[in-house]
Amino acid sequence: MSTLLLLLATGLGLGALYFLVASGLSLIYGLMGVLNFAHGAFLSAGAYGTWWASQHLPGAGPDGAGFWLAVTFGVAVGAVLAALVELLLIRPLYRRHIEQVLVTVGLSLAAVALLQGIWGSDPIPFPRPSWTAGTVRVAGAAIPADRFLLIAAALAVLGGLLALLRYTRVGLVIRAGVENRSMVEALGIDVRRTFTLVFAVGGAAAALAGALGSVYLGSVTPQQGTSLLIFAFIVVVIGGLGSVTGSAAAAVVVGLVQQLANYYAASGVGDLSVVLLLAFVLLARPQGLSGRTA
Amino acid sequence: MTGAPRPATSRAPGEPLLTVRDLHVHLGRSHVLQGVDLDVEKGAVTGLLGRNGVGKTTTLKALLGLVPRTGTIRLQGVDGSIEKRPTPWVVRQGVGYVPEDREVFAGLTVEENLRLAEPMARATGVEPDYDQVHQLFGELYERRKQKAGTLSGGQQQMVALARVLLGRPRLLLVDEPTKGLSPRLVTEVAQVLERVAERTTVLLVEQNLSVVRHLVQRVVVLDAGRVVHRGEAAELLADADRTRELLGVGARRDAKADAGTARPEVTS
Amino acid sequence: MSTPQDLTERFANRVRGRGSAGDGTGGEPGTGGGVSTSGSRASWRRRLGWVVPVVVLLVLAWLPYVNVSVPGLFSGVSNSPGTMQLLALSLTFGGIALSYDVLFGRTGLLSFGHALFVAAGSYTTALALGQLRVGLPVAVLLAVAVGVVLPLVVGAVALRVSGIAFAMVTLAFAQAGSILVLRNPGGATGGEEGLPLLRERVPDLLTGVVNAPYRYWLALAYLALCWVVVAWLVRSRAGHAWAAVRENAERLAVLGVSTYRAKLLAFVVGSLLGTLGGVVHLLVVGGATPFVTTTEFTLALLVMVVLGGAGSRWGAVIGGVLYTYLDNRLLQLASSDVVAGLPPVLRVPASEPLFVLGTLFVLVVFFAPGGLAGRVARRGRGRRTAPAVEGEDET
Repeated sequence: MSTLLLLLATGLGLGALYFLVASGLSLIYGLMGVLNFAHGAFLSAGAYGTWWASQHLPGAGPDGAGFWLAVTFGVAVGAVLAALVELLLIRPLYRRHIEQVLVTVGLSLAAVALLQGIWGSDPIPFPRPSWTAGTVRVAGAAIPADRFLLIAAALAVLGGLLALLRYTRVGLVIRAGVENRSMVEALGIDVRRTFTLVFAVGGAAAALAGALGSVYLGSVTPQQGTSLLIFAFIVVVIGGLGSVTGSAAAAVVVGLVQQLANYYAASGVGDLSVVLLLAFVLLARPQGLSGRTA
Repeated sequence: MTGAPRPATSRAPGEPLLTVRDLHVHLGRSHVLQGVDLDVEKGAVTGLLGRNGVGKTTTLKALLGLVPRTGTIRLQGVDGSIEKRPTPWVVRQGVGYVPEDREVFAGLTVEENLRLAEPMARATGVEPDYDQVHQLFGELYERRKQKAGTLSGGQQQMVALARVLLGRPRLLLVDEPTKGLSPRLVTEVAQVLERVAERTTVLLVEQNLSVVRHLVQRVVVLDAGRVVHRGEAAELLADADRTRELLGVGARRDAKADAGTARPEVTS
Repeated sequence: MSTPQDLTERFANRVRGRGSAGDGTGGEPGTGGGVSTSGSRASWRRRLGWVVPVVVLLVLAWLPYVNVSVPGLFSGVSNSPGTMQLLALSLTFGGIALSYDVLFGRTGLLSFGHALFVAAGSYTTALALGQLRVGLPVAVLLAVAVGVVLPLVVGAVALRVSGIAFAMVTLAFAQAGSILVLRNPGGATGGEEGLPLLRERVPDLLTGVVNAPYRYWLALAYLALCWVVVAWLVRSRAGHAWAAVRENAERLAVLGVSTYRAKLLAFVVGSLLGTLGGVVHLLVVGGATPFVTTTEFTLALLVMVVLGGAGSRWGAVIGGVLYTYLDNRLLQLASSDVVAGLPPVLRVPASEPLFVLGTLFVLVVFFAPGGLAGRVARRGRGRRTAPAVEGEDET
């Protein structure tokens, strides 16, 4: 029983991580038609930004309020990087989805290589607040506290995104744009302005995933972003491109399936089941991919 | 139908609100528009006619900048040609668009659909014209909390029209507003358009010749991406052979039925 | 928004649209190369189209006998084992890129799963040699069998969807393969270590440092095979069908023309050539490495093809060769005194080949749509092809 609870919590924590990456990917694809391979770079920016800040930023550190300051810095780095990528590289290729996707592929290669060049490819120990190493007793099971950190962060981001989409003017434009971007423009709205915002928000969420995921893993590597990105893509597709709530549901399913199958069947079976789940979902409802935002 | 029939005799063309010269559009490898010249007279309803696939919809999209185009497009009161301008900019000069197949935002409520059009009005310095919308489309007000995707085709057409009228366009581009609607709804839509036409200039793509006869003063006929005929609507429709020749076999029955009739019912 | 279905068709159209003039050999009906030129010039080009590749082939085949030193370009003399090894690898990737271009550039299919088939060739051969203890010819035959059956199965399933969905299903299959290899079931695949090539089962000529020229010729032969197969197929009816699928999948579907068989054929042909590439890669590198199973590997192929010019034989080959050469050569240069003497701001990026390649790739996408080959061909013809227009979202 306690094993199952631990697995469930870990699966949900993993799902939370997937959601943080997938939510931005999903909105970016839904609104702009860009499958953003550079999203892994935003994640890495958050992880390395947090790590760097904990060492060098005055007031920031590995524990207490200093940790949160470091995370905030990392998230800001991710958001700024994402906004810059949109403004400088994606926007000039407006309407040319193909080139846009190719540019993000190039960026993803270059980013990993650059991080490797600067900080090496070996794992760097990541700052972990002492309480994340502790456990919380839930119904007799000792659940590591970092799982709850991930889940809480994902819930906060989910709530924030839904509020943005449902209750703000820009959220209305995003929802309409996901459905039919040309028509939004034909109503006189410059939908491009929302692209930068969506990139920045997606980048921030990915950067948060990078920071908290590194806490969970205890270290950071240049390749971390890429490996998470593949599963995030799978989550996005299963959840329905452009749908935030869909991504959330799919992230939970994928995280749980992966954990449970990896434990109860054999190591690796979980990853395989997720992949097969994707193939199955795509073949069962290929039309189910189109976007609904909220 | 209410309203007196519009004058059908030849008259001098009025002041053009929109002037299009040598409009070209390439889509992939096909040269869809091959030098279209077009004037839209201020205050009138101009019909853009032709068979399927001759470039009518593409023309509207090209005017808005929804497809890349070359040529000269001049809008009265705007300096220079607008053909390089992005779609939102063109729209903010007071060009409204009702696309083929309505294209309402299905996942958004009726109210949200309308709210999206507010900036268009503000761009031209007016407040969104909710009064006119409620007056024309009372039913929509009752359904304002409903998702637009759950409405019937006719209701969706009303949302599409209401949405664009909210912005008080100077020029309204309407693409086949009666397509796929029942005869009763065709009448309804035509009535709304008639009232709209009283205060704004309209460029209308329409296949239903009864609607054309009722609403349109001047026609421009396209074939294979070129203008093959322009003139008074009544003159063209009075000549059944010519109408059939220009608008195709599908127009035969309508044209014959309409020929010589003084005031055709839109619903026929 | 874009329907996922039309996205990748546009994807390839777009990339290829501008590069359609990029096929230096010309004479391919339906690709805009020979058709648009006037009759006499077109036939002249067609007749001489094979001359340039044959000359290049002969020059390359003769290269192991040339003993010159090109400072900077290669670390040793031109026929030193190290240089031969690097060139062999580059040519192998030229061929694999060509095989990927059958899907991407020719048919407009964006597959994220090509690595699966390359890996199938590499691992099947390595396993057959190591576990079944068969000889190389039998092992290669087994790999070919896998290279036909596997894409037939994967393609039959994946091609039920199109666009991004197709890309994702192929990604899923490839990811499954990658996970399988990395988990090392029963110790068979060697996990992250990979599988060494069992040398005693392979002719001596293909192993050992001094025999690098033979591996070079093997890679060259593989590349030539890919070239001939692709050249022949794109001129055949199948090739015309591919071009039609690429140019206008939606219209064909509306007309009721089934594109399924044409796509499946492209998928199987491209994948089989990829599988053979995996076999050659195994022999050239001397082992099966898990890198060939990864999504990064497929993305690298995509980068190669776009870098060189999608939908063009020269483009794909040049892209594959250049990418591999730079990837390896820059790494060698990174440890050289020239780079070590640079200030950190320049040294760090310069010592990471993928950073240089990624940046180069972004620049090509921005400034040379149609790829490097497309750029050259366009200049040669003295006119720009009309930019392919995207029908933006109206579906």
